[in-house]
Order: sequence, then structure tokens, then C-alpha cells
Amino acid sequence: MKKGSKINLFDLDRVLEILQVFLTNPFRTFLSGLGVGWGLFMIVVTVGASNGLENGVASEMGGRVKNSMFLWSRMTSMPYKGFKRGRRFEFNNSDTEFLRENATSIKLVAPRNQLGGHRGSNNVTRGTKSGAFNVYGDVPGYIEIDPVKILSGRYLNQGDIDNERKIAVIGKRVLELLYDNDIEPIGSSIQIQGVIFSVVGVYSTYKTGEDAEEDNQSIFIPYTTFGKSFHTNNEVGWYSLLMDENVHADTSAAEVMSLLKQRKSVHPDDKRAMGSWSMASEFEEVESLFAAFRLISFIFGGLALLAGAIGIMNIMLITVRERTKELGIRRAMGATPLTVMRQIMSETIFLTTLSGLIGVSFGVASLEGVNHLLESMGGSGGSFQNPEISLYTVLIALGVMLVMGVIAGILPAVRAIAIRPVEAIRTE
Amino acid sequence: MDWYLREVIILNNIGKSYVTGSQKLQVLKGLTCNIKEGEMVAIMGSSGSGKSTLLNILGLLDSFDSGEYILSGESMAGLNERAAAKFRSKLLGFVFQSFNLIGFKTALENVALPLYYQSIPRKKRNIIALDYLKKVGLEDWASHLPNQMSGGQKQRVAIARALVAKPKVILADEPTGALDSVTSSDVMKLLREINADGITMIIVTHEHDIAALCDRTIHLVDGLIDLS
Ligand SMILES: Nc1ncnc2c1ncn2[C@@H]1O[C@H](COP(=O)(O)OP(=O)(O)OP(=O)(O)O)[C@@H](O)[C@H]1O
Ligand SMILES: [Mg+2]
Repeated sequence: MKKGSKINLFDLDRVLEILQVFLTNPFRTFLSGLGVGWGLFMIVVTVGASNGLENGVASEMGGRVKNSMFLWSRMTSMPYKGFKRGRRFEFNNSDTEFLRENATSIKLVAPRNQLGGHRGSNNVTRGTKSGAFNVYGDVPGYIEIDPVKILSGRYLNQGDIDNERKIAVIGKRVLELLYDNDIEPIGSSIQIQGVIFSVVGVYSTYKTGEDAEEDNQSIFIPYTTFGKSFHTNNEVGWYSLLMDENVHADTSAAEVMSLLKQRKSVHPDDKRAMGSWSMASEFEEVESLFAAFRLISFIFGGLALLAGAIGIMNIMLITVRERTKELGIRRAMGATPLTVMRQIMSETIFLTTLSGLIGVSFGVASLEGVNHLLESMGGSGGSFQNPEISLYTVLIALGVMLVMGVIAGILPAVRAIAIRPVEAIRTE
Repeated sequence: MDWYLREVIILNNIGKSYVTGSQKLQVLKGLTCNIKEGEMVAIMGSSGSGKSTLLNILGLLDSFDSGEYILSGESMAGLNERAAAKFRSKLLGFVFQSFNLIGFKTALENVALPLYYQSIPRKKRNIIALDYLKKVGLEDWASHLPNQMSGGQKQRVAIARALVAKPKVILADEPTGALDSVTSSDVMKLLREINADGITMIIVTHEHDIAALCDRTIHLVDGLIDLS
């Protein structure tokens, strides 16, 4: 016996033997492989498509940090501690300090104020040019919550806050609208509602789609400077918070809410006194949708695979019956039951794997095709971008298929060795 | 030399019955005979007398119910399929009336098949197989499929296949049954030549002139050997 011949299931000799059997009836081989191939094709394409949707949505969200949350005050809806309902209240800088000291699940507290905005009147001028832009009073930490890409110059820093510097970081679109092409913005001045600011940086957003335009039309100035210049003084417009990733978004939101309610004498059960929006819960919703998508594609693909495997098993059963004589001859020529079993198993696994690989290849090729199409249409497909499937997912699908191939092979193999050599040779 | 070394086959009181439904058919009823190494023996008998049954038992293709079968000094009683396959591979070669070549394999591949099951590498076994095809005068037909060959050619391919693993015994069930008389005598000549090299030959046949070409004839009558 050749050394190691029992260990490697697929030596060349055996592969050639298998190929010969398959080529004896190529059309049937093709038909039986079709099911499994189709199953894997479906898995690759549907998983790829759902990944494409996910990528599209993620890019629209533009790398916004998942564990961020926005919080603002509204009007009380319940009487409490001698206050009537319907009371308005505002957050102020001492609340900010209070939060920084007491909210354990918050990593970063960024108070914000805003001026002007979308479709407002022109509030920013530079020489003869003017435009209507969002102007935000921010702390340097805000860039961690809603990242932007600094194209030139710098972002806000602590010195700006401490010294109430009249500086501004402007969006790409602001630059386009207020500056002629060849003018260096850094060091130049703009007037925001009559107050002169020196431009220290230009940024662009990471987002795509509608949000991107709006984001690039904004101006960041130091939070303290904003209070002084536009007379918000001590008041906080709203909070952007960065929360501890290890604490569930709902839990940290609840902590902040209850701390602030206590401090602002709001009824603990008053749900309407403050508004909040959390990226995490938004993401969770989207993600659970995609998880469901993926689950469905795996279930359908899996069923297709299963049907394919059963198809292969059936074909192999028929083949074994038709090949009774051949298998009997092989037995007479010295094939042991194990050898025959291994032959049938190898044939089944080989057929399953080959058709599975072809299915995967076609699936990946289709995804690539769609990718090229999207790219040729201008790079951005909106909510559908870069459909792809991870090697890991493909490997799992192939693994499942291999297992199915083995299972599909067992029954035909057992049938094959149950054929006794005499019966086989007697069959005419 | 001990007596059993010269007896390549010893059958002692072999019994074999077939059960179909509620009926039991006793085909071999305590058959006893010895065959010496290098003998060429014909087995004759009327249709249904159990010739093929006997040959299948000798070839370890079928089991027997009772008695003793010693092949080349080893008892063949209660063999499992794996062990039977090993003995077939090592000691036995088969020639059938209907040739039993594998239709999708070339003549060369058919001849090489027993070597495949001895895990001999493809190259080497093709060289050996071609050598045996030469012996039966068919080296030019190596790449032909069985359905491109005549009955006599097919049977010669089958004989080459039976020989390729150098068996001690060749079992042939009506090897000339499907051939015309001229081809039959060619095939018998070939079998005689092979026998002359020392390989024991057991041939089931209906035809007296075929049997006459053998060293001796065993007559099966009613599941027993007719010694008359
Ligand atoms: N698998 C089987 N099941 C039931 N009966 C069988 C089986 N094989 C053979 N027989 C019966 O056993 C008897 C002997 O059969 P066998 O094939 O050995 O005869 P034979 O001598 O070779 O006949 P022939 O000259 O026609 O080939 C016959 O009656 C046959 O019907
Ligand atoms: Mg017969």
C-alpha cells in the first residue's frame, strides 16, 4: 500500500477517477450540482446586497460616533416641588460642571449653542460676499462626537475656550461661498452677525448625501466666545454627550436624565421635560434590521443549500443503483467496502464543493459587477454602496455546504457497500 | 513438501442454499474437491446445477453456509468483506461470460483497475497494464472503449485484467459463452498459455470441446460432484 494513501482523501488519482465518472454523464452532473451552486449564489448575493445597504446607511451617517447622545430641555409636563406644569427651564454652565462631575457613564460633556441656520437670513459676511450658515459655539471635545476632516489649519482648542478667542473653523462650503478661488482662508477674517472672527481652520464632513451639504455649511467658534459675542452668556443650547461604550445607551441616558431632573426640580416621571436623541439606539434599530436581513438571507440560502444537497443525494442514490454492476466489478477487482464508500463519499463531496465554489464565484462576480456599475454611475449609490461579502462569511457557507455534502454522501455510500459483489455481477 | 501446499483449493463438504421468500433452494449439498496448483479444470453441468454458484464461492464473491474452503493454505470460512477483497486482490482473477468491462474506461484503464485497488501509482500501473494488453495482442487497442471492440477482443481485455495482478487462480465463468467458435478457440488458446505459466485455471463451460482442452473436468449434478 502506498504510504499515506489513506490519509489524503483527494489524491490526484482519485480526483481523476471521480472526474471520469462525472464526465460519463456531464448533463446530469451539471443538473445535480445546480441546486447547491444556486444555494451558495443566493447566499452570496443576498448577504452582499444587505451589506451594500448597510454600507450605504453607514456612510450616510458619516462615521458619527455610535455612543453619542444629544439632550435638550423642553417644558415640564408635571407639577413638582411647588412648580406648576408648563415651566420652561434652561441648562447653564453650572449644569455642565455638575454633569462632568456626577454622571459616571458620560465620558465627555459638550455644551453647544447655535446661531442662524439653514434657510435663515444671511448672517455671515466677508467683504462683499455673504451667506446664511449654521454657527455653533463648541468645545474642542465636540470633534470626538461628530468627527470632521480638517482640510487646512486646525480645529478648536482649549486655549480658544480659556481665552475666549474670536476664531472660527469653517466648513468647505462656507469657503466656497465666501472666498475666491485663490485666496488663503487661514488668517483671514469673517464677520458673524457683525462680530469679526479670524479663520483658523477649514474642514469637511465625512458624511455623504443630504446631511453632508448641511454639515459643510457650518462654522465652529469657541463655546465661551459664542456666549460673550451673541449674549447667550451662561446658557447652554443643548448637550452633546459621549457615553461610556461599556454602558448600554439607555442606561446612561437614564442616569443623565435623572441627575438633571433632580437638579432642575423636574418630576422624576416627567418624560416630556427633556428631549434626547441617541445615536446608539438609532444604530441598534438599523442594525437589528440588517441582522434580520442577514438572517433571512442565510435561512433562504440555507434552505436552497439543503434542497441542493438533497438533490445531490438523490442523484447519487440513482447513480449508485445504476452503477450496481460497475461497483460489483470494482469489488471483484479488489475494492474493499471502505474503498467503495470512500469513492461515493468523495464523489458527493467533490460535486457539492465544486458546484458550491462555482456558485460562490458567480455570486462574487455579480457583486463585483454591481460594484463596477455603481462606481461608473458616479461612485455614490446613495443608500446602496459597495455590496460585499466577507471571506469569513464565504468560508462559513462553504463549510456548511461541505458538511451537507458529507451528509448527502452517507446514504448513497451505505447503499453502495450494501451491494454484494455477486448481486452486482449478476445484474444484467 | 506438505500435501496442502500443492492443493491451491480445498473444498470440504461445502453447502450453499438460497432463500427466496418462503422457499429454500439447496444448490450445493456438501461438495468436496481439491484443485492442485497449476491445474486447468473445467466445471460442467446442466443449467441450474450450481456451477456459477460454486465459482462465486471460490471467488469469494459469495458466501457459503457450511463446510470448509481452504485457498492457498488459508481458511476462507466467515470472511468479512474487507478480508475477502484483500484475498481477491492478492490471489484471484476473474473472467466473465459477459466480459464485465467498465464501459466508460478504456481498455488500458480496465486492465489497470485491479492495480488501482493495490494503490499502485497511475504511471506504473499503466505500464504494467500495457504489458498485459500486449500479451493478449491488443496493445493497439489500449485507448479504445469496450463498445468499440468485438466480443473476442473484449474477452481478451478481460483476461488481461484478470492477469494483471498476478493471481494464483483465474476463475472463468463461461468465458467463451458469448463468442463464436473461432474466437472461442483463440480465447482457449490464450487461457492455456497462461496456464502454462503456472496459473491455476478453473473454467465453467457448457461445451464439451472446451472442457476437452482442460486437464480434467468436474461434473456437477444436483449440487454434488458426479464421480461416475
Ligand atoms: N441469488 C440467488 N437467489 C436465489 N436463487 C439463486 C440465486 N442464484 C442462483 N440461484 C439458483 O441457484 C441455482 C443454481 O444457479 P447457478 O447460477 O449456480 O446455476 P448454473 O449452473 O451456473 O446455471 P447456468 O448454466 O444456467 O449458468 C439455480 O436454480 C438458480 O436459480
Ligand atoms: Mg452460470
